Amino acid sequence: MSTVTDLVQWGLRGAPLPRRRALALRLGAVLAFLGLWSLASGLVVLLGLFNPIFLAGPWRVLGKVAALAVNGLLWGHVAATLERVAVGFATGAVLALGLGLPAGRLVRNVLEPIVEILRPVPPLAMLPLFIVWVGIGETSKIAFITYATFFPMFLTTVHAVQHVDPLLLRAATSLGARRARLFFRVVLPAALPEILTGIRLGVALSFFVIVISEFIGAEEGLGYLINDGRNFFLVEQMLGAAIVLGFLGYGGNGLVVLLERRWLRWERPPTS
Amino acid sequence: MTMAGPGGAGGARVQIEGVHKAFGLDGRSTPALIDVSLEVQAGELLCLLGPSGCGKSTLLNIVAGFIPPTRGRVRVDGAPIAGPGPERGVVFQEYALFPWLTVAQNVEFGPRLMGVPAARRREVVARYLDMVGLREHATKFPVQLSGGMKQRVAIARALANNPSIVLMDEPFGALDAQTREVMQEELSRIQRVEHKTIVFVTHSIREAVYLADRIVVMTSSPGRVKDVFTIKLPDARDRFAAEFTRYESEITRVVKEEVAKVRE
Repeated sequence: MSTVTDLVQWGLRGAPLPRRRALALRLGAVLAFLGLWSLASGLVVLLGLFNPIFLAGPWRVLGKVAALAVNGLLWGHVAATLERVAVGFATGAVLALGLGLPAGRLVRNVLEPIVEILRPVPPLAMLPLFIVWVGIGETSKIAFITYATFFPMFLTTVHAVQHVDPLLLRAATSLGARRARLFFRVVLPAALPEILTGIRLGVALSFFVIVISEFIGAEEGLGYLINDGRNFFLVEQMLGAAIVLGFLGYGGNGLVVLLERRWLRWERPPTS
Repeated sequence: MTMAGPGGAGGARVQIEGVHKAFGLDGRSTPALIDVSLEVQAGELLCLLGPSGCGKSTLLNIVAGFIPPTRGRVRVDGAPIAGPGPERGVVFQEYALFPWLTVAQNVEFGPRLMGVPAARRREVVARYLDMVGLREHATKFPVQLSGGMKQRVAIARALANNPSIVLMDEPFGALDAQTREVMQEELSRIQRVEHKTIVFVTHSIREAVYLADRIVVMTSSPGRVKDVFTIKLPDARDRFAAEFTRYESEITRVVKEEVAKVRE
């Protein structure tokens, strides 16, 4: 309880829950959700509301996921999706940081209006165009993720660099920092929190768009699995693939959170 | 303390010659400083005193190299200044610590840029953290410190870089009254050991009389030099001594004229 932010948090939300209780609550919420879902699907069967095939119970869905995992089919799809996300996102991140970080006034004034015009266009609206341009194969899927993730990451990076506290720059220059060292020792660390927020957005967005691009002309991947489930009316497979995607997205976000914990320890240092 | 620092390093460290500063676009610019000429002697603590908006911080920012003067020039150790530089350390009212660095790393920032070897850097950090009484807080981050502690770190950071002058822009302005007096005492104690050349901006007359070897009173906007007082008090000052109060009331009279002008 040493910092002002801690105090404000405390004032607004009360004392933080003890770790174990917080964990228990979270677990309880998940179990309650599964319980409700079971109840709903059970009632459908019991009362004969509609064909139970439309809403498979959670245990059957999880069973389907387990079956796919055991027979090995699942892993190929997971790997295909993860590979596309990893390559597409990484390319997007490299481009966004590569262009956004050194963006001086000139680059900013030239690029930003273009980006601002393109940004409100929902990325999915461009998917058919990507297929026309790049074809239906791997490249278009990866390029599409790159395209979709570039914008938020580029804009947050440019904004972060632009809004570094000028006082810190003054302090650093009067301590003798210039050019490259001013950039690496002050601008970059000062901009890092916002840059990481942009990266987190990018990760979330890549899982968002990959599914849809896998609906079209893919032979593997979790999006393909969902679409395949639709074609053959395999509701369990559709829900199962969606859940696996959810876990992957959760994991991706977790990785960024891990980076934030490690790199931004100074924002909330452990109270000693 | 008298004008010159130890070893008789007399002579002007900073020469401010005919500095004008106007803000805004030409044609519609408002003058902030008019024809300010000053010399800061080596080893002296010079206070720039005046009502808010008198341009004292502007003058400090010009000496720091953050903003250029409209006319006139500033020389430090005889060389004209061009932008900020490590020979002019700055302590800001808002501390301006690097929040991602620990206390020790903040103090080490300047020496590290200068390529001081690690072993020597450790000595420097230890010395200045001891000086400001923060040794046991070396591994803390700025968010974990109080305002007074942050400003101690900022002072240690400026001194550790061994600048030939230190510019302080209302450094204790954001602190509560008690902490403020403690910090004044700390700075006075440090100055008795270090004999730095310091330009200290403040609007507190008491603070100026407590710390300064010389006080430059500035007129209200636009800023000119109105009066200069040499404070002949012992190095360790007593805020309740008759002499102290005499200086205080004398300077108060001069400052009041300026504050009254602003009210008109």
